[in-house]
Amino acid sequence: MIFLTVGTQLPFDRLISAVDDIASTLSFDIFGQIGVGGIKPKNFQYSENLHPSEFDQKFRSANLIVAHAGIGTILTAKKYRKPLILFPRIARLGEHRNDHQAATCDQVTGTTGIYIATDANSLKAYFHEGKNLLPPSMEQSRPRSEIINNLRSYIAGNI
Amino acid sequence: MKNHSAKNKNQVVLAVASKGGHWEQLMILRPALESFQTVYANTMPGLAEKNGLFAHSLPDANRNSLFGIANCVWESMVMVRNVRPSLVISTGALPGLLTLAFGKIFGAKTVWIDSVANSEKLSLSGKVAGTFVDLQLTQWEHLAKGQTKYLGNVL
Repeated sequence: MIFLTVGTQLPFDRLISAVDDIASTLSFDIFGQIGVGGIKPKNFQYSENLHPSEFDQKFRSANLIVAHAGIGTILTAKKYRKPLILFPRIARLGEHRNDHQAATCDQVTGTTGIYIATDANSLKAYFHEGKNLLPPSMEQSRPRSEIINNLRSYIAGNI
Repeated sequence: MKNHSAKNKNQVVLAVASKGGHWEQLMILRPALESFQTVYANTMPGLAEKNGLFAHSLPDANRNSLFGIANCVWESMVMVRNVRPSLVISTGALPGLLTLAFGKIFGAKTVWIDSVANSEKLSLSGKVAGTFVDLQLTQWEHLAKGQTKYLGNVL
């Protein structure tokens, strides 16, 4: 199952339509958490806002996550080791207040298991790769190792 | 090397985070805290148990509820008085800020770690914390400036 999530706060029509188009021609099992107030997909099942425990269950049973570039989604995908395709919101298209999602994508570019799609075509290409997409590795990212080690040293030196 | 196993009351670390992303990030940083005698606090009873921890419970406070804030001011003060930490660390949000303030008043070292979600600018709580904490961290290199430091992130 492919789990699509755009968070619960803002609609994200561009991503929902792109996935809906893909679903219209190809037989993917997709479930979407699509947020409130946007367009409704015709070709896959969805909920506007899943309860946290249902969200967790969908996330864990999925074998691929497609999502806006939210921090919570990235941390959860790493925790459950799910391949993740990020589709950043763009401020000038009214998709968010600012372009912090693009900044987030820049930060995680090259991380094993995280793929960045910026338009419908690159998203479709990743769908076709499907099972070849890798999950995030168990290995800790360099910035994460750094903050843990630096914090430990700071505390040791200050108590 | 310093002996962190000593059960000296002066060596307690108090780690505070609100439920949700703040707590998730604190749990990612947990390996940094495990070398020390650490007391945890969050804003949702039962949440810490999922991580195999015990945590003190603080009321969830935000800027929109004066009563919530007053309640949290009192509870965080009582907690700091009881725990007597030598260092307080928080990943946010407001309850963590209040605990840091009382930690400071009662002589603890204080560390604020701004949420990794704040990639454009520091949170308001983070800015306020910056006026008194000993170490104020952002998780974005481009936001590090002056006393606001970058030492890595949880991504």
